[in-house]
Amino acid sequence: MNLRKYLVLAGVTLFSAIGDSLLSQGMKQVGNISLAHLSHVILAITNPWVALGILFLLAFFSCYMVALSWADLTYVLPATSLGYVLLAFIAKYHLQEQITTSRWLGIVLITAGVGFVAGGPEKTHDPTRGHAEVPPEVVSLRGGR
Amino acid sequence: MKGGLVREVYTWSSILAVVLASTTGDVLLSHAMKKVGDVGELRRWHGIGAVVVRVLRTKTFLAGVACMGVAFYSLLLALSWNDVSLVGPAAASLTFVGNAFAAGIFLHENVDRRRWLAALFVAAGVFLLA
Repeated sequence: MNLRKYLVLAGVTLFSAIGDSLLSQGMKQVGNISLAHLSHVILAITNPWVALGILFLLAFFSCYMVALSWADLTYVLPATSLGYVLLAFIAKYHLQEQITTSRWLGIVLITAGVGFVAGGPEKTHDPTRGHAEVPPEVVSLRGGR
Repeated sequence: MKGGLVREVYTWSSILAVVLASTTGDVLLSHAMKKVGDVGELRRWHGIGAVVVRVLRTKTFLAGVACMGVAFYSLLLALSWNDVSLVGPAAASLTFVGNAFAAGIFLHENVDRRRWLAALFVAAGVFLLA
């Protein structure tokens, strides 16, 4: 792991938390949508908060794809879960919600989970190993595999 | 009372749809990006344009994006029926466990005790945040 990779994981964490909270704010303005009016869910993207949330989620998606290109799925997901802790603090300070004892316990468990996965290797298996689609120059950069 | 039940049914059906679609999407996207190779190295050698073309020409990437689209609209539907403080953590915690199973089976990742503990701790923590 180098600084670039840590920054990519930080991008996944931050953009996801901010995007989700913007979507939540937008959908509160849009109101309940039933299956009988499913088209309203598509029109929801015209709400400015939802649109801004989508922009942040696109940034999240780009960072997420980069991370998945060099790390396992079961490494990237827990390693970036601090976003939920961030989401709880956004809810506390922006939406004026309380952080109860059980929420604090949740924050401790997530942090412990991140610690578990961060101590191990980021990649354990390449499902495409041996495929001709990996360019030769990348193969040589990976150590001649 | 009836309205409350309808709300619960809509909320949890949408959450289930989010979990199934996002687990499938995550597995497909992870497979696609391993196939593409380290994006940082590819960009250094071929430029960002070639990387984008290479990613967009990977079929499992497109299938994964389609699944993520389904997950996104299911999430919007769920958010229209309940608070983000329930929908987000509930969908995420179940997706963590689903992904740990799916990654071991379909991506052949070595989901050892350390990674299972991480997935379960994070899933429990996210659930408690709800």
